[in-house]
Amino acid sequence: MLQIDSLSKTYRTGDKALTDISLSVPKGQIVGLIGPSGAGKSTLIRCINRLVEPTEGRILLGDSDLARLGKRPLRRQRRRIGMIFQEYALVERLTVMENVLSGRLGYVPFWRSCLRRFEPHDVRRAYALLDRVGLLQHADKRADALSGGQRQRVGIARALAQEPELLLVDEPTASLDPKTSRQIMRLLTEICAERKLPAIVNIHDVPLACQFVQRVVGLSAGKVVFDGDPSTLDETALSTIYGADDWHAMQQESRDDDEAESALRLVGVGT
Amino acid sequence: MTEVTYADTWRRPPQIVKRRAWRWGLAVGAVIYLMLALGTIDIDWQRVVVGLERGQRFVAGFLQPDFVSRWDDIAQGLIESLTMTLTSTVVGILISVPIGIGAARNLTPPPVYLVCRGIIAVSRSLQEIIIAIFLVAMFGFGPFAGFLTLSFATIGFLAKLLADDIEEIDERQAEAIAATGASWWQLINYAIQPQVMPRLIGLSLYRLDINFRESSVIGIVGAGGIGATLNTAIDRYEYDSAGAILLLIIVIVMLSEYASGYVRKFLQ
Repeated sequence: MLQIDSLSKTYRTGDKALTDISLSVPKGQIVGLIGPSGAGKSTLIRCINRLVEPTEGRILLGDSDLARLGKRPLRRQRRRIGMIFQEYALVERLTVMENVLSGRLGYVPFWRSCLRRFEPHDVRRAYALLDRVGLLQHADKRADALSGGQRQRVGIARALAQEPELLLVDEPTASLDPKTSRQIMRLLTEICAERKLPAIVNIHDVPLACQFVQRVVGLSAGKVVFDGDPSTLDETALSTIYGADDWHAMQQESRDDDEAESALRLVGVGT
Repeated sequence: MTEVTYADTWRRPPQIVKRRAWRWGLAVGAVIYLMLALGTIDIDWQRVVVGLERGQRFVAGFLQPDFVSRWDDIAQGLIESLTMTLTSTVVGILISVPIGIGAARNLTPPPVYLVCRGIIAVSRSLQEIIIAIFLVAMFGFGPFAGFLTLSFATIGFLAKLLADDIEEIDERQAEAIAATGASWWQLINYAIQPQVMPRLIGLSLYRLDINFRESSVIGIVGAGGIGATLNTAIDRYEYDSAGAILLLIIVIVMLSEYASGYVRKFLQ
């Protein structure tokens, strides 16, 4: 489905963000992209839909090379790629519905989007998506009136409104509490499974990644240093990605978190 | 084991000039310069006395404003000023929005950016009175020259502030809209407009009351409006009518300031 061939990105300052990345993501697979800050996770994701211009290499989505497209064809290809952002990146002063409908912008002429006269099937789909993420009754609220978890769900609905063939997810849980993070990850994985959507999820929380993704790719200093099943992600693998540290203690801690959370749920607090 | 003793006084370290001698030197130098500068102003005390007497008459006229005897002129001037203000603000906004968008570095390619910034720079560097003198010479006395002056000045003001505001938007929202495959116009409409609209409305209302104040100033150089009426009144030594005009200007400015403040607060 998505095929990345020897992708490199060098910033104008001369910093090499990505070196010779090759990666292929088949239909329906969720890939967790992990690595320390500055490893190039965000850059990699942004190169795919060209929010960042790659320097070298090919990015094949189906049979079009995204890295070589002109402006207009790039816009057409961007419609096929849904993106979910860190800190939601909703247009705060627009309503929830407008935010979801903005996922259709690539498909409708300017006058329709400007007058907010979207076609009936677009509107119907937008409502259905809001229902799917559990926000149907919030459709007319302004996006800045929602809580963090709700905003991220609007972000998911916006990406899905594009009817994408690929999801790019950039730190979806970075500004959410642990419980909401899990809910968002669960929602994402469910949706991807429903639609057989491949997704690349850039995530810094390793235990959370292992819990939800089917494949983990580890980036370090712009290179792929690990690629495999989450269960094979052991201490040596983590050390090659992040450098040496006491991984056992960290995993134990996150297990404690889990237990604490489920304990809270039993007592009925924490909602 | 030795006990650590901590200091119990603290002074804010000097932030700009680090050397003590320089700090004192600069302060003393500034005072000396101020004294010398004051020394060079020569004051003609006799003229001041005459002026004070005139000022007294003026204040007296101000305290007994005469709205009645020149009311027709005043009303006409006011209507002219208000018309000039409103039309020039509307035309100014209509022209400055595209220029403002063009002058935002994050939306436009460098050539367009430079042209638009150039227009803004020209409009801002010329003071209203200078433009008014120029346009009065071109189009003759009267409110049309005033209307053109204020429109031109509005462009510099609004387009610059709008452009600066667009440059400071939250880029992530624009990025998210661009990532959906939106066109440039859709990006403006969905990501930029919602972020800058409240400020644009606020600035427009602010400009509306600036334009009214300016309309009374440029009237003095012949660009029509209440300023022209005021100028005539002062030239005829009719300080009571002039006082009435000033009072009316103050009242209208206060009203429009209060109204625009209210609307802006409502928009937040």
